[in-house]
Amino acid sequence: MLPLEGTGPLGPLLPAHVSEFVVGIVLFIAIIVVMNKVIVPRFEKMYAERTDAIRGGMDKAEQAQAEAQAALATYKQRLAGADDEAAQIRDDAKAAGAQIVASMRAKADDDARRIVDNARGQMEAERSQAVDSLRKDVGSMATVLAGKILGQSLQNDATVRGTVDSFIDSLDQEPTPS
Amino acid sequence: MASGAMGLTLLSGEVPEFGVSAFDSQPLFPSEVWKTSGGEHYVWSDIWITNHICMAVIGALVVIGFWLIVSHKMTIVPSKRQWFGEYVYNIIRNGVAREMIGEGYHTFVPWLLGLFCFILVNNWFGEFFPFMFPTFSKIGFAWGLAILSWLLYNYIGIRRHGFAHYMKKMTVPAGVPPLLLILISPLEFISNFITRPVTLGIRLFANLFAGHLMVLIFVVGGTYLLTYTHNAPYNIAGGASLLMSSFIFALELLVGFLQAYIFTVLTAQYVSSALSDEH
Repeated sequence: MLPLEGTGPLGPLLPAHVSEFVVGIVLFIAIIVVMNKVIVPRFEKMYAERTDAIRGGMDKAEQAQAEAQAALATYKQRLAGADDEAAQIRDDAKAAGAQIVASMRAKADDDARRIVDNARGQMEAERSQAVDSLRKDVGSMATVLAGKILGQSLQNDATVRGTVDSFIDSLDQEPTPS
Repeated sequence: MASGAMGLTLLSGEVPEFGVSAFDSQPLFPSEVWKTSGGEHYVWSDIWITNHICMAVIGALVVIGFWLIVSHKMTIVPSKRQWFGEYVYNIIRNGVAREMIGEGYHTFVPWLLGLFCFILVNNWFGEFFPFMFPTFSKIGFAWGLAILSWLLYNYIGIRRHGFAHYMKKMTVPAGVPPLLLILISPLEFISNFITRPVTLGIRLFANLFAGHLMVLIFVVGGTYLLTYTHNAPYNIAGGASLLMSSFIFALELLVGFLQAYIFTVLTAQYVSSALSDEH
């Protein structure tokens, strides 16, 4: 018999022995079982891990970016705050300076006025003192002079003294040359 | 190749059976019954432990071993070994399963990957030492895989749609006038339930069988002509055909890959059509 002649109506399309058919099926099922239980899970697990790693890296980068932006915002805010604060301090200082100048000026004015007042009061006192002593001296000198002219003492005459005083008072009532 | 021994017998000038005896399975431990009857009678080990069965087992071990090695201690950043494994894996996972089946393709990746690798390795046995024989040129193996694919897509379809709906879906195409269904439905039935597995099996078997036969003709026939005594034209033709055989080998490598790929893609296609919702 030629090897490929085969037997039966199917000729060479019928397997020579059923053993090939059975062994083929059994072997293939064995391969599928190993693939299903070991090989494919290994690959898919690794693919999942790889996806996670890539996604994790991207997340991390995004997070870092967000943090950087937040830091930048805070920094800008602080800078703006510092500007405001500096302006505030400057304004305050300006105001305080103006106040100090004003108060110093007021104090200086006061001092000047007080000094002038003092000087004026003292002058007034000295003047009135001078007037008093003058009046006294002028009165007595006038009396002495008049007594000498009249030849009598008018020392203790109350009338004379009254006359002199009223004269001097009339002098007072004239406008005082300042 | 047994061309050395074959060449010696050819020199005697008999009309040879060429190398086609390679397609006959030989028991690894032939029994006395087998030896005395010249293969007509046998005990179980004569047909269950043969060279071709052994090749299939080794092919399966090669596939499993390869994948265990390339998937050993996988890391996110792949080594060269792992990179190669991923490359092959992605051809089937993304190029076939995801492309053909779409949503829910993950379930079928083990099946398709195993199918592709098992067929590819056994096909390439035809071109490589020590076997020099493609396992699937023995039709029993091809039938086995075809039947399994048939069971797979029908099981998946029935599970998804229910038996009645699935049968309707597979035999009553949408948009066909009712009268024409008398013609179309039997054709659809034959096409979906009979032609599919038969063509899967025969396509694989016939390609590998014919390819190997061609290699045998060029190698054995070339050797026969080259060693023919006192006939220069025969010897020249024999040399040319031996040279030619190396191209045939290259072609067979391609065919072996293509057949493995086609079987896998068609299985995915059948699964996809069984799962799809339109009729």
